[in-house]
Amino acid sequence: MNNSKVATTYTWIIGYGNPGRQDDGIGPCFITRLAQRLPEHLSPHISLQENYQLTVEDALEACDYQRIIFVDASLNGTEPFSYQPVDTRAGGEFGSHSISPAGLIQLCNTLYQHQPEASILGIRGYQFDDFEEKLSPQAQCNVEAALDFLITTLEAHYA
Amino acid sequence: MTTQKARVVEISPLTRVEGHGKVSIHLDENQQVSEARLHIVEFRGFERFIQGRLLWEVPVIVQRLCGICPVSHHLAAAKAMDQIVGVDQLTPTAEKMRRLMHYGQILQSNVLHFFHLSSPDLLFGFSAPSEKRNIFEVIKEFPELAKKGILMRKYGQEVIQATAGKKIHGTSAIPGGISKNLSLAERDHLLQDIEQMIQWSQEAVVLTREYTENHLGLIKGFAHFKSNHMSLVNAAGGMDLYDGKLRAINPEGDKIFDHMPVHQFDQFIQEEVKPWSYMKFPFIRSLGQTDGWYRVGPLARMNTVDFIDTPLANQEHQAFRQYFDHQPCQMTLAYHWARMIEVLHCAEKIRELLNDTDLQGSDLVLKGERREEGIAVIEAPRGSLFHHYKVNEQDQVTYCNLIVSTTHNNTAMNHAVTDVARTYLNGQNEITEAMLNHIEVAVRAYDPCLSCATHALGQMPLKVELYDADNTLISSASQYVSQAADE
Repeated sequence: MNNSKVATTYTWIIGYGNPGRQDDGIGPCFITRLAQRLPEHLSPHISLQENYQLTVEDALEACDYQRIIFVDASLNGTEPFSYQPVDTRAGGEFGSHSISPAGLIQLCNTLYQHQPEASILGIRGYQFDDFEEKLSPQAQCNVEAALDFLITTLEAHYA
Repeated sequence: MTTQKARVVEISPLTRVEGHGKVSIHLDENQQVSEARLHIVEFRGFERFIQGRLLWEVPVIVQRLCGICPVSHHLAAAKAMDQIVGVDQLTPTAEKMRRLMHYGQILQSNVLHFFHLSSPDLLFGFSAPSEKRNIFEVIKEFPELAKKGILMRKYGQEVIQATAGKKIHGTSAIPGGISKNLSLAERDHLLQDIEQMIQWSQEAVVLTREYTENHLGLIKGFAHFKSNHMSLVNAAGGMDLYDGKLRAINPEGDKIFDHMPVHQFDQFIQEEVKPWSYMKFPFIRSLGQTDGWYRVGPLARMNTVDFIDTPLANQEHQAFRQYFDHQPCQMTLAYHWARMIEVLHCAEKIRELLNDTDLQGSDLVLKGERREEGIAVIEAPRGSLFHHYKVNEQDQVTYCNLIVSTTHNNTAMNHAVTDVARTYLNGQNEITEAMLNHIEVAVRAYDPCLSCATHALGQMPLKVELYDADNTLISSASQYVSQAADE
């Protein structure tokens, strides 16, 4: 993982979830796998991060980037994954101690007058109800499919 | 005789509390609240999950339990494992590094709760519409306040990163000590902003103190009930958030027990099971189930401790005690004032520790005579956190029992919900948004962590359901809509 930034072409990919709760760990698992598979020439453009959840101070971090890609497990979304822009018009959400992608972008824009282009990669998961540090087999397949897609997308973006 | 049926009103899940909870309000045939219950979906599988794991792994694995306070679990588990590896007293460097990590955790957690969870209620009022009463409106109207909250939270995270090795999934607290010290570069980086943190902490104390003073009538009538209180105290009876012995006081402030060694906790504390809740209800054995329940957390700590060993926070603690005539404060909403006094205390402790050269020491880990059992208590942001383990000769965990802060506060939160429901819902035929939020405000004051760590896309919005006596759904409504992506 390369942490040197390339001005405004820099992309931040943040995967979040709890690796101890089965498929809720899809986001962090995706980041780990992406770090292993990311082509060398893309590394200077991309910063990878994993966390349990999005938090308010991530809005500060977001100010440094032109693009943000949020990676999260999806309870009931499209298989194997979906990729769509974050709709900030829908309003933000700060439901408990974490913040939604739209809320984070809104926070960044309101407080720091910066609105990065943001997308969310929702990878379908199936098992969330127990403590286990392992993805379900189908979720693992979905992660790999999402990796193929995102690497291709990044290759095209930075071509 | 009336023919009107009794009703059950359900509010599920709560917003702006951690994880998922549901409130059911039981109305009698006269539309009066007979009882309100807070149902919390607590994952009890963790004890099973941890069995068979090696003791060295435990302080890291337990962080999977909670995405909000992983550092508290990390440190509580490490303290319990210290006992198993036979270490009763860590090296100065190890203990101070752990303390620094702990103060960073409490600072950032309490700040997040106040600035971003509770401030919308306090700044706009409990009855303000939901489109107004949220953090995004606070940001629009009070941007400097919101920025301070974010920067204080970030600072706490930086303290954690410097002491735990990583911002998340910290690994530095290990059985018998710590795996790293604080480098001079890390120290100097943290010292740059500590005075600012202390100043902002003082401002936050003033804000919450003035809120209490200016809204005393509201606060006195809102989830105000007598209870016992419990926390750790140090040898002199002062506040100690990392270590100490247990003290419990009754509603009059008299000590129920004092300086009780934590390894004897099960002689003093018992857990009750109720058929309608997954979460247990702890109580003080000597007082019994009915009278033995208690509160933990910032408010309880303000009531139990005799003093705070940092000057600015101690001054505020004395003012707090004086304001309530040196009697235990029983007002739920005073948790906010108490929480900010603790933020100030943590900021002062961080400054004190950053100027302590022991943090650059190299004597990090000790070993002693192996034991089979370890019990530890730490004062987490939300209150006392108990970790209890037994380990076999192969270093595998054979028994694990955790009593988290939210469990300690379980009965108190139920009392708070019932109190508010009786005040605001009695005789009403319709559940308004403002009424719902009053209940949430009461629960939120305890900052409960409701099996918090799963949060995948597509979770439920706040939903209110109304059932008749036959358990037939007769009405439902949503409080707000969750994120649209992937639903």
